Amino acid sequence: MMDGFGPEEWQAVLLSLKVSIWAVALSLPLAVFIAYALARWQFRGHQLLNGLVHLPLILPPVVTGYLLLLTFGRRGAIGSWLEETFGLVLAFRWTGAVLAAAIMAFPLTVRAIRLAIEAVDPKLEEAAGTLGASRLWVFATITLPLILPGLIAGVVLGFAKAMGEFGATITFVSNIPGQTQTLPSAIYTFLQVPGGETAALRLVILSVAIAMSALVVSEILARRAARRISGG
Amino acid sequence: MSLSLEITHQMPDFSLSVSFEVPPGITALFGPSGSGKTTVINAVSGLLKPDAGRIILAGEPIFDTSLRINLPPHKRRLGYVFQDGRLFPHLNVEKNLLYGQRFAPQDESGPSLESVSELLGISSLLQRAPGGLSGGEKQRVAIGRALLSRPRMLLMDEPLAALDEPRKEEILPYLERLRDQTDIPILYVSHSVSEVARLATSVVLLDKGSVLRSGPAEQVLSDPTTVRQLGLRQAGSVLSAAITAHHADGLTELTVSGGTLFLPKMDRPVGAKTRVRILAQDIIVAGSLPRDLSALNILPAEVTTVQPGSGPGVVIQMRSGSDHLLARITRRSAEKMRLKPGAHVFAVIKAVSVARTDIGTR
Repeated sequence: MMDGFGPEEWQAVLLSLKVSIWAVALSLPLAVFIAYALARWQFRGHQLLNGLVHLPLILPPVVTGYLLLLTFGRRGAIGSWLEETFGLVLAFRWTGAVLAAAIMAFPLTVRAIRLAIEAVDPKLEEAAGTLGASRLWVFATITLPLILPGLIAGVVLGFAKAMGEFGATITFVSNIPGQTQTLPSAIYTFLQVPGGETAALRLVILSVAIAMSALVVSEILARRAARRISGG
Repeated sequence: MSLSLEITHQMPDFSLSVSFEVPPGITALFGPSGSGKTTVINAVSGLLKPDAGRIILAGEPIFDTSLRINLPPHKRRLGYVFQDGRLFPHLNVEKNLLYGQRFAPQDESGPSLESVSELLGISSLLQRAPGGLSGGEKQRVAIGRALLSRPRMLLMDEPLAALDEPRKEEILPYLERLRDQTDIPILYVSHSVSEVARLATSVVLLDKGSVLRSGPAEQVLSDPTTVRQLGLRQAGSVLSAAITAHHADGLTELTVSGGTLFLPKMDRPVGAKTRVRILAQDIIVAGSLPRDLSALNILPAEVTTVQPGSGPGVVIQMRSGSDHLLARITRRSAEKMRLKPGAHVFAVIKAVSVARTDIGTR
């Protein structure tokens, strides 16, 4: 069944992988920072920031996509500035798909990492401080290793969400074969034409396989990290 | 190297206002729960910012509200040993021990991993994970970790409070070695009189946020006015002694400034300095030299104060040689014997009443 893939299908699969990896990799540092701020710091606008981060989870994806088009489109405030300054165009390009996927995956990643940070005893961080470690060192040598299982879970959740993102992506970057047609968009397209069910089914099975293997790999990594922490 | 501090801080129930010095040796910050001990030690470490005051470490202000100085904990270079150990669970014992070393100034000399592991008896644990250690082992590793960060001073917040008696006994000799073999001042928070009597070279007595008394341990502990804070049953004096002989019948002979004591056998060589704590309730006061008495230890003494208590008892402070002894007797006996300052008496101490835990080094 797998050898029946046409070039269009392969393109969709590879594009989805590329988009998802970039989306998670680029958003991860910010996600860790926001998660740390939400978990550890008291500041004005704490609730507001928390709400903003979770917004893509609650809004209809089409709305998120449309808002992206309004702000990051070629005539949008940020979109036109990006094009003038860096020559970077997002709307209707694969780069835009990365942005859409990153924003949709962000709440899930932040949530998983935040829970992991909240589970780290701040007293350990205090102790590291009294031993001479600055805040950044404490984070790098104590907090980060201790949240590794949660971090891995966040990355996998985010990756899975990015792989499956459809609504915001198709609204923001459309569904251009070979350029912005991701795996879900391709499945949608095949289902629109008579006789496309077989091709759609092949992609569906592949999606399931990718999702399952991501889960298994993350489970193995998280267990290994957790074993190291508990000192077994 | 020493520390001096003078801080005020508003607490939920009272306002803390303390001022004292921490000379080299172990300074015990002693007081009941809620007297502000932990607040003081956290203020020294930088984990808590007091409302006002100054803290000066080896001549350098690490906190001063008038100069707007408040060094963060990692720049104070103080080793902190917490009650709950706080070992890093993802690092093995060796990496825990070495954690602070990379942050210490390069030119700073200090003890090596080998010497600290040796001192604390943890050399065989280096490759173990903290999760598998006993409470006593964890606490020794925590002490080693603080020492190896090359601190200018050590802070210990009830490091033995979470341990049972045998584990405490396991650690006390290491703390004594630490006191005698390094020149790092140690601020030691405790609410256990026997720990303080055994370890402290100076004592700061804290109650409801203010210093009641501070000074050399022998003086503060032998002061009859501190008896109420220490608790009647815990009150007692600390004597410096030297071991002069071990006898075949299982007794060890010691010389104190006021005479000779015979105590149950001690595992220390002849010539070793030690300190002996004698509880106020274990001393009998005699008006003349008793004869035909089973007690072996009779020290001539002179009454210095008679401190009436709230109940039927009084606390008698006596000078014996250069040391002071405390005895708790009834008011009736004191009146019958006409005990008042200047009276010459004999302090009778039963050898077996001196507990092994009350015998320390130096």
